[in-house]
Amino acid sequence: MPELLQYLLSGVTVGAVYALVALGFTLIYNASDVVNFAQGEFVMLGGMITFFAWQAGIPLPLAALLAILAAATIGVLLNKLAIEPARGAPVASLIIITIGASIFLRGSAQLVFDKQLHRFPSFSGDDPLRVFGATMLPQGLWVIAGAVAVFLVLWLFFARTLTGKAVLATANNRIAASLVGINPNHMMTLSFAVSAAIGALAGVLVTPITLTSYDLGVAMALKGFAAAMLGGMGVPAGALVGGLLLGLIEALTAGYVSSVYKDAVAFILILVILFARPQGLFGRKAMDRV
Amino acid sequence: MRLSQKHLTLIVLAVLVALAPAFFPSNFYYRIGALIFVNGLAVTGLVVLIGFAGQISLGHAGFAGIGAYACALAPGYLGLHPGLAMLLGAVLSGGVAWLIGRPILRLKGYYLAVATLGFGILVSMVLANEAKITGGPDGREVAELGLRSALASIGIGLSNAQFWYAATGLSMLAGAWIALNLHDSPSGRALRALHDSEVAARTVGVDVARLKLSAFVISAVYASLSGSLLALMNRFITPDVAGFLHSIELVTMTVFGGVGSVPGAILGAATLTLLPQALTVLQQYENLILGLIMMLVMIFMREGLLPSIMRRLKGKG
Repeated sequence: MPELLQYLLSGVTVGAVYALVALGFTLIYNASDVVNFAQGEFVMLGGMITFFAWQAGIPLPLAALLAILAAATIGVLLNKLAIEPARGAPVASLIIITIGASIFLRGSAQLVFDKQLHRFPSFSGDDPLRVFGATMLPQGLWVIAGAVAVFLVLWLFFARTLTGKAVLATANNRIAASLVGINPNHMMTLSFAVSAAIGALAGVLVTPITLTSYDLGVAMALKGFAAAMLGGMGVPAGALVGGLLLGLIEALTAGYVSSVYKDAVAFILILVILFARPQGLFGRKAMDRV
Repeated sequence: MRLSQKHLTLIVLAVLVALAPAFFPSNFYYRIGALIFVNGLAVTGLVVLIGFAGQISLGHAGFAGIGAYACALAPGYLGLHPGLAMLLGAVLSGGVAWLIGRPILRLKGYYLAVATLGFGILVSMVLANEAKITGGPDGREVAELGLRSALASIGIGLSNAQFWYAATGLSMLAGAWIALNLHDSPSGRALRALHDSEVAARTVGVDVARLKLSAFVISAVYASLSGSLLALMNRFITPDVAGFLHSIELVTMTVFGGVGSVPGAILGAATLTLLPQALTVLQQYENLILGLIMMLVMIFMREGLLPSIMRRLKGKG
């Protein structure tokens, strides 16, 4: 029994990170119909900038804040310089643009920072907590709490604020939104900033556990994309469920089946779910215009 | 007699392949040329799938992996000649594509992307983890094709690099010829119709599901043959050939050069194979510049390199 609990705990921790990355994918997709494959790079930037700012003598919380703001700025620049000018380009071209952006950001990080693995201290020590025979790092609680906080804040933002509703309106129908006085370009900029900040936050939270390096973004983007598609792209709740599900499947497969095939089982499950529900678990059925 | 666009394209490609060696400063360039042709073959298949039929795949390196490992494993385990192993790989890839294509191609857009991505990852994972059979992540050696010595015995003596330059170049030309023929055939027209509007194509009697599946199978066979050629040329193969990054690389080459056009995609393969070689001089700036070029081309030349250039030339002339 303690084993199962152990696997569940680690699955939820990893899953919380995937959920945050998937949320970043979903927000940008909603605002612009673009799947941003550079999303993983924000996770990398969050960890790397925090580490180097911390090493330069800035206190850790301030360094983390700095990293999140920097990532948000880079997200806005990405939108203004690469996505907006390409509005209306074919989907395949947009995919290549974001992959190009991802390679570019990785190249910049390798140049500005370095190619080493880095870690900064956990927020509340490294003594594992004991829970019914299983153990958990306190940092894992920070990750989960961070994810819960982000989803709560975002839910309040969409449900209670005018700006949040404007973002939703733009996602539903760009033209109709601009007819009622919403500026869709502002909403896109906002979505990129928020997505990048969420990605960077995930990077900050998880670096003490998994470490960070300049090339971490690809793996993160892959898992985040898979989680977002599993839940249904464009649905924030789907990102949460997809991320947690992916993390749990990985942890359980690694524990009970085989650690080398943990990613395989996750993808087989994604295939099965997509065959049964081609729009993802929570996605609305797409309607074709005839 | 006026030459058709198809013949013109093939002649230009053939002349380029034949004349390029005249400008090679060293033997090393034969190898780069051969790498371009190997990639060119795979992206020609992707033009059929993405450019003609409008279906995306982020997992085609999986088929390249099947083709490559068929050449690496079948001679040892089944006693097949490496050339036959290449055929076996192609048949196997086509069969696998036919099997998984049926459920996968019901998906659209990004959902299709993630499903094919999953398939590619599964293949590369099996190749990397079943080390007893495949040699694992360290890769394994591949048997000699033996065609070069056969050619030498009838008086055609080629260096190894020259032989592979010729073999891959001819394969790519043959692949391009078939794809261009397909483009102008009734099936090709039906494929392009379904690209523009699936509903409209179905309305005029196009069997959408069957056509999508055949485009998927054709492109899988192209990818498989390209993987086989790579394995036989390098005499060594690692699971990276089936990896996610290789899939992305192939799609990038296709879209970068011009997804709807066979010569365009081949130009994309040439550019993106050459670019990293040229940028190695700048070592640490390599990723930075590569990413920047990818973004700039796709922002300012949306249809890809070749179609955009052609349009500009025609617009002025």
